[in-house]
Amino acid sequence: MRPIGEQQVVQEVETSGDTEEPKGFEPRVIAYVCNWCTYLGADLAGTNRLEYPSNVRIVRTPCTGRIDFNLVVKAFEAGADSVIVSGCHPGDCHYTVGNYHARRRWMMFRPLLETLGIDLDRIHFAWVSAAEGKKWARLVSEVTDQTRALGPYKAYKDLVRGSR
Amino acid sequence: MTWQRLRDTCRSLLEAGTVDVVIGYGSTGGAPHPAFVTDPEATDQLVFDDRCYQNLTLYLTRADVRRLGRPAVVVKGCDARAVVVLEQEAQLVREDVHVIGVACDGVGHPRAAKCRACDVHVPPGCDEVVGEAAEGTEVDGRYAELDELMGLSVEERFAYWAGEMERCVRCYACRQVCPLCYCPVCVMDKNRPQVIDASPHAKGNLAFHITRAFHLAGRCVGCDECTRACPAGINVRLLNQSVARAVEQQFDVRPGMDPAVGPVTGTYSLADREDFIR
Repeated sequence: MRPIGEQQVVQEVETSGDTEEPKGFEPRVIAYVCNWCTYLGADLAGTNRLEYPSNVRIVRTPCTGRIDFNLVVKAFEAGADSVIVSGCHPGDCHYTVGNYHARRRWMMFRPLLETLGIDLDRIHFAWVSAAEGKKWARLVSEVTDQTRALGPYKAYKDLVRGSR
Repeated sequence: MTWQRLRDTCRSLLEAGTVDVVIGYGSTGGAPHPAFVTDPEATDQLVFDDRCYQNLTLYLTRADVRRLGRPAVVVKGCDARAVVVLEQEAQLVREDVHVIGVACDGVGHPRAAKCRACDVHVPPGCDEVVGEAAEGTEVDGRYAELDELMGLSVEERFAYWAGEMERCVRCYACRQVCPLCYCPVCVMDKNRPQVIDASPHAKGNLAFHITRAFHLAGRCVGCDECTRACPAGINVRLLNQSVARAVEQQFDVRPGMDPAVGPVTGTYSLADREDFIR
């Protein structure tokens, strides 16, 4: 597999859907997942024919340790209503410690977003292993339902709209 | 008098050849400004008073200053912490820099916000300290301003920052003035891909300020030069503080306070909390 470059990730997010609201609100959820656990978990959900909402756009990255915090910001800029960041359980990282680094990063990143008034209910972190197709389906369902209840992320979208 | 002792110290360092250049605060009558003194005779332009705002450790990593030779640098308590972090990040060899601490009662009229809650009046980890600090008591809580902001609702906070981001002109003064923003090529200046929108509109500015603050996570020493340098008067200090408080609460680390305590980024602990992870 070719390494996934930043260029590709950014492109993928930017083309994940137009920013106009469709008729009736359908939450747009962007999920950054690691290649080795959660992506395979999502794959397993598919092969097991598990049903879960189609609102999620999955962006595959090599490791949670590779998920730059800017990608989370980018997702909101691209019109996401919620973001999921998911990877291997502690101890399971393909690169041994990538998820530990990621965990520590999010420990510091969340308070910053909180200070900025960015809604933490719209950012979800999870560990989903390659065997947890069910957990993935449940996670996406829960996040979609929660986001539907919250409504579109109007504050951020207004900021983006006013920035053209 | 502190001035005289500072001048004597610097003069003898230059005369003895211990250092080639003194990075200090100079004045020829007006407000103090950064001065690079290579001539022992010129040390009588060195001053120190409560208008010496600049964090001179900024210049330690600059190639044009390094060319002047082995430096001595005049630091206040907050600036001294930056030396420690720079050393931890291998940006300087501590033995190659002579650090002259100046006991500081705070700068600015009225006192800058950082000085009202200062607990490093006597700079830590210096080769020598000149003067004695008169005040030594904390007046405000260190995070008083931040607490005030956090008292607002999420929507109010976002509205506040959205307004501030409208005013940002993206001059990058906050980045340029930061002694710890030393990357030769900043992520802001990269455009393949353009992760952070370069246009100075609210969307790009918010991404920029998130990035700037987070790239200082576990590193910011709270010298508040970014806030002082901001021509738009944006209180970027609050963003630094929000990360600094998270670091202090979760890792019990205040960057630069103790050379023995390592950085919190680029490392991890198996015991890190994950109550926010499903």
